[in-house]
Amino acid sequence: MSAAPSRAYFDHAATTPMHPEALAVMTRELARVGNASSLHASGRAARRVVEESRERIAERLGARPSEVVFTSGGTEANNLAIKGLYWARRTDQRRRVLFSSIEHHALLDPVTWLAAHEGARIEVTPVDREGRLRVDALKTAIESAPDDITAVTTMWANNEMGTIQPISEVVELAAQHDIPVHSDAVQAAGYVPLDFEASGLDAMTVTAHKLGGPVGVGALLMKRELTPTPLLHGGGQERDVRSGTIGVALLAAFATALDLTVEHQAEQAARIERLRERIVEGITRLVPDAVVNGDPLAGDDHRLPNIVHVTFPGCEGDALLMLLDAHGVEVSTGSACAAGVPQPSHVLLAMGFDEAAARGSLRFSLGHTSTDADVDRLLEVLPGAHERARAARLVRGGAR
Amino acid sequence: MRVIAAMSGGVDSAVAAARAVEAGHDVTGVHLALSRNPRSYRSGARGCCSIEDAGDARRAADAIGIPFYTWDMSDEFADEVVEDFIAEYTAGRTPNPCLRCNEKIKFAAVLDRAMALGFDAVATGHYAQLRTAADGTIEMHRAVDHGKDQSYVLGVLTQDQLRHSLFPLGGDTKDMVRVEAERRGLQVAHKPDSHDICFIADGDNAGWLSEKLGPKPGAIVDESGAVLREHEGAYQFTIGQRRGLKLGMPADDGKPRFVLDIEPVSGTVTVGPREHLLVDGLECLKPLWCGTAPTEELECTVQLRAHGAEHRARVKVGDDGGSIVVALIDPAEGIAPGQACVIYDGSRVVGSGTIARTSRAATEISA
Repeated sequence: MSAAPSRAYFDHAATTPMHPEALAVMTRELARVGNASSLHASGRAARRVVEESRERIAERLGARPSEVVFTSGGTEANNLAIKGLYWARRTDQRRRVLFSSIEHHALLDPVTWLAAHEGARIEVTPVDREGRLRVDALKTAIESAPDDITAVTTMWANNEMGTIQPISEVVELAAQHDIPVHSDAVQAAGYVPLDFEASGLDAMTVTAHKLGGPVGVGALLMKRELTPTPLLHGGGQERDVRSGTIGVALLAAFATALDLTVEHQAEQAARIERLRERIVEGITRLVPDAVVNGDPLAGDDHRLPNIVHVTFPGCEGDALLMLLDAHGVEVSTGSACAAGVPQPSHVLLAMGFDEAAARGSLRFSLGHTSTDADVDRLLEVLPGAHERARAARLVRGGAR
Repeated sequence: MRVIAAMSGGVDSAVAAARAVEAGHDVTGVHLALSRNPRSYRSGARGCCSIEDAGDARRAADAIGIPFYTWDMSDEFADEVVEDFIAEYTAGRTPNPCLRCNEKIKFAAVLDRAMALGFDAVATGHYAQLRTAADGTIEMHRAVDHGKDQSYVLGVLTQDQLRHSLFPLGGDTKDMVRVEAERRGLQVAHKPDSHDICFIADGDNAGWLSEKLGPKPGAIVDESGAVLREHEGAYQFTIGQRRGLKLGMPADDGKPRFVLDIEPVSGTVTVGPREHLLVDGLECLKPLWCGTAPTEELECTVQLRAHGAEHRARVKVGDDGGSIVVALIDPAEGIAPGQACVIYDGSRVVGSGTIARTSRAATEISA
């Protein structure tokens, strides 16, 4: 980056800086007029950018262009997949929705909404201590009444832990009964190779801003034979599954970011993994009782290269976050509720952590702009911040 | 100094934070989440713990240009304030939860956490003034704006707490603070003041208490002991209360009747004429002195409820040192055990205690 980084940013899993090339493309496209549904020359020009973007995105993700349904982002894509498939496939008998205990709220909440309002019978599949779906438990659940399942959904990689999920095994189990499988892959895209066709998935969610594109655009990759009930009705764009005028500039920038990400994926993953190793080594040296969570093994079947999840016993994560922030180091505690109060993460609780450990954990996530200097800064300020955060935990010991 | 500005989302704490910045402090804004379930709280301006208030506090911090975080103090608040509130009513007393929150949350749990995290002080939007006396004692004085003065609800703070407190608004009037908020571009400049108790959504204290405590039937009696009616719970009544007694028929003399006494064990609520509400003696527990305890009787004034009047009084330390005996020169009306008695010398807070007993003309009327 050209600007001198004044802050060490370790929250790429929340959102990562746009690639300068994607920003340039977006700025250029924003200056043009044209609705991709119009029939005149400006409309055709816009349509051409939309379709070329679709083709590039499809190619980079191992899908056919007709399988790419653009959305406003990951949340909408997940809602479309899980609600749309439920509405399209439900019968009096078929009401089951199977999901993992570590899904993001963008999946978890539509699933629980279906149970509360649409008569869905939702069933959660547990994970192990590393945060990986228990395939044996899923197998038992599927086989208890396979014909009654509208969809199975399992994220590709967990957003807090980075643990990669056994997608091929899930697909294999579901395929025996022709059950559609959806995967939220927003965290995995860009950090591990993704091939929609090879995965055997029926639907997969990706979003641009996690891989250097703009916020506000994402896609649901979806096999042609699936016809989910739309969430949005209108002009019939996107296979009549997702109406609404397409943001041409957003799509062009999305495609550019994905191009760059996939082209450099292997080298970036290796580079980021080395930074991650430095963080893990540094934290465990500076804070000997710190525990690094998730799958300890590197590799595309184990965990993402860019996420380090650490429990600091006897500390409050939100205090540590505040102190690091004051020293220019930006990290995350996990999910936050509407009032901004950190709640213990449902992911950690599902993995068997107690509430104190869940509250005393931080996520450090790396990305394409991360540098050794960022890691230096983190490791420089962490010991002092940790000492104070531990002291803050002690003064309220009586309260919880 | 490194300062935590406690920001409720109201205009006062926003201006207090801005002034702390201008005074040269390194300020971090903190909104206290006091409810375990913020969604259940009222929105708008009536309380201080809604999601909307958290958003207002955040926008004020943005405008001032300071970091902002929400601190979850809901467990501490539930334990120290809400449960105490219920226990006090159960015991037939009338607690002041705002005072309790200052004593146990804002200038205790929050201050302790701030100190542990490397901060030096907590700033709030309370209207009170702090001065350092020649001997190093931190004196608290009433605010310049007597209508807004909050020294009463801060009167329970110890020297150590006051030493780490900042009240940047004590020298100004509320009107000036609103004008300043507007000049600073703060969105909350015209937000209405909060009222009532923040954790009771609709202001219906009696309804809230009966939900928490369930029916505890008892009798409403007159001073002769004659039963006037049954009630569902003594906690629905406060000393001095006139409205909502639902006695059906007027008193013999046709005058309104007031709650004179609440007996917590039997739940008996005694009512009588207004003149019997007058008390001229108090015994207070939990004495707290700003500086050393007085060795002889003080001629002073006392305030006996939030925004209440000042009463001239003679105050001395009880025989055991663990109480304060107050002789009111101007009798006071409707004084409820559980409320604080804050003692003033002119504008200066001398000390405080919690009212345990009241008496009238040498007759003890409340235990």
